[in-house]
Amino acid sequence: MTTEIRKKVLALTGNEAYAYAMKQINPDVVAAYPITPATEIVQIFSKYVADGEVDTEFVPVESEHSAMSACVGASAAGARVMTATASQGLALMHEVLYVASALRLPIVLAEVNRALSAPINIHCDHSDTMGSRDAGWIQIYSENADEAYQSLFIALKIAERANIPAMVTMDGFIVSHGMEPVEILPDEKVRQFLGERKPLYTILDVEHPITIGPLDLTDYFFEHKRGQIEAIKEAKKVIPEVHREYNEFFGKNMPDFFEPYRMEDAEIAVISLGSASGTVREAVDVLREKGEKVGALRMRIFRPFPYEKLREYTGNLKVLSVMDRADSLATIGGPVFNEVRSWLYDLERRPFVMNFVYGLGGRDFFVEDALYIFEKLIKAAKGERPSELIEYVGVRE
Amino acid sequence: MPVSLRELSKRTQGLTPGHRACAGCGFPSIIRLVLGATTDPKVVANATGCMEVVTTIFPYTAWPVNWIHSLFENAAATIAGVESAYRALKRKGKIKTDKEIKFIAFGGDGGTYDIGLQSLSGALERGHNFLYVLYDNQAYMNTGIQRSSATPFGAHTTTSPAGKVIPGKLQKRKEITDIVAAHGIPYAAQASISHWLDLQKKAEKALTTEGPTFLNVLSPCTPGWVIPDDMTVEVAKMAVETRAWPLYEVENGYYRVTYKPKEYVPIEEWFKMQGRFKHLLKRPDLIAEAQRQVNETWERLLWLETRPRKEEEK
Ligand SMILES: Cc1ncc(C[n+]2csc(CCOP(=O)(O)OP(=O)(O)O)c2C)c(N)n1
Ligand SMILES: [Mg+2]
Repeated sequence: MTTEIRKKVLALTGNEAYAYAMKQINPDVVAAYPITPATEIVQIFSKYVADGEVDTEFVPVESEHSAMSACVGASAAGARVMTATASQGLALMHEVLYVASALRLPIVLAEVNRALSAPINIHCDHSDTMGSRDAGWIQIYSENADEAYQSLFIALKIAERANIPAMVTMDGFIVSHGMEPVEILPDEKVRQFLGERKPLYTILDVEHPITIGPLDLTDYFFEHKRGQIEAIKEAKKVIPEVHREYNEFFGKNMPDFFEPYRMEDAEIAVISLGSASGTVREAVDVLREKGEKVGALRMRIFRPFPYEKLREYTGNLKVLSVMDRADSLATIGGPVFNEVRSWLYDLERRPFVMNFVYGLGGRDFFVEDALYIFEKLIKAAKGERPSELIEYVGVRE
Repeated sequence: MPVSLRELSKRTQGLTPGHRACAGCGFPSIIRLVLGATTDPKVVANATGCMEVVTTIFPYTAWPVNWIHSLFENAAATIAGVESAYRALKRKGKIKTDKEIKFIAFGGDGGTYDIGLQSLSGALERGHNFLYVLYDNQAYMNTGIQRSSATPFGAHTTTSPAGKVIPGKLQKRKEITDIVAAHGIPYAAQASISHWLDLQKKAEKALTTEGPTFLNVLSPCTPGWVIPDDMTVEVAKMAVETRAWPLYEVENGYYRVTYKPKEYVPIEEWFKMQGRFKHLLKRPDLIAEAQRQVNETWERLLWLETRPRKEEEK
């Protein structure tokens, strides 16, 4: 007879997985507003509330701006707080995102990547979360539903330890509406792992009144920002620490900043975020069969930017390509490319770095596209460098 | 039970001295009167604007109660979040609750009539248990006296300047108290710092009513209205006497005018006291139009007041 607990695996869409994790977290407050492709998260969660499966105070706000504002108020009151959104919703929250991070409020946001208007589109690209990359939030890009599910727990623990808000993302429709097996962690273990939020201060502590968010002028603002920057540096230590704890506690193997694939002796590599990464790995396998020294590096955490880790993988590389699912609209390619390239600049040995912008507005990304990218890289490794560093794949030019 | 001025002055839980509001600013009195209307613990959310700016210049704060400022247009959503957290934490037994906490938001006219209207409307409709206090100084004062939808007809502001062709603001102010009352909340009222007892009664009523409540308090601004420092209360009083600022309340949908001037002072008398209306004094046509607006609003209020109460509500 075995005492081992049978694993519970459910077939869930990405959104269902997010909502399920939120149910298990049972936050004190959830303030959220619907938007495709994240709408289901709010719908499913309201049903949990209506059925008494959680005892969360659900605030059905009239906009995402108010959603994040209510999250700020609730988190400052000491509550464990979550929200969910996508695209225009995240853009509407933009102003408030900075307040949440600067007030050091560990709010967790379940994000579903969708292109920003205009033209209006509901499908996946990363322009929404890339647009808030400098808002002081931790950003975890997940590849599939199971990872997104687990990432919410990890994000919450990191956020509450570092006192920095965190967003977990998944690719709109591709992951949010695709059904996949998700291994459900036991409720009790989730509760144990997360424990209780222990805020340093709360505005509900009427015995000890505090002023939160005062006017901060030329004589103090910079010091406060400097402190926030230090805190984010500290978070870079908290992130692997929480991943270690998580993996030990649940017997998992969740990578932190990067997930490398066949990188050991690779001379050519592709960096990607999100669901396209599986497609890239597929291409790696095809090319490895042919003896090409290629590998793939999935960036899981983009904020804070893991340049130290990045450099651990680039020593042997001759050519590196960054795949961006967003463009800077500034003639310099995508945001990930720009940061990766910049942070390799001062190394003795650095690869030639190219950028491939793909999948805007939900355009499919196929193995052939990944193979095409590698083909270009292989040529570049042989000295046939392209005239343009930035290329747009899968588009009718 | 309203308390006497002497008693009120002993209630220190308001605003400390040393804040940087202009001499003669109206809102410090509003803060003290409203917060002094209850001895319960309070948590305050404040919108960006003069009040926030002059009371919390880091490392100082003039707030002896818990206070949070987030942004300009979201004071209502912020306090809604705080209040929701309070309910959740109380239900889950995570906070000790020997005393009820009162949740109060303060916002200026810009932060309420204009940019924050949506967030206020949402919070009212959802029925959070909080009091929203609008301190109405009739323009965006913090950014240098720009027009808002609270700015009265004819007033000069820096974005509705009295020019050679256009004589100040061409539009009338909007009736935010009506708009708020239309949400069907249990209590909304309009008050003035000049009528402190009336204001205090209204604050007390609002703070002891379950659900969302609202106060719109006239708050003269010395630089914005171009009035002497020692005339704040006089000017506020004249606004009431001329009926430019009617005092009334809307309780469960029933209107009641809480002060009716014995004789109606012409609006011109209020204009004469303030530099922002100086250019109007040479324009009897515009004064007549302003008077027409005042009369119309007043008559409508008196008519609303006549709505017969249902038997059981008498
Ligand atoms: C989104 C946004 N827009 C504009 C501003 C600039 N701003 C700060 S305070 C203010 C006016 C405030 O007016 P009001 O609410 O009437 O308060 P008062 O300063 O008159 O007390 C403005 C326009 C801002 N802080 N945020
Ligand atoms: Mg104002």
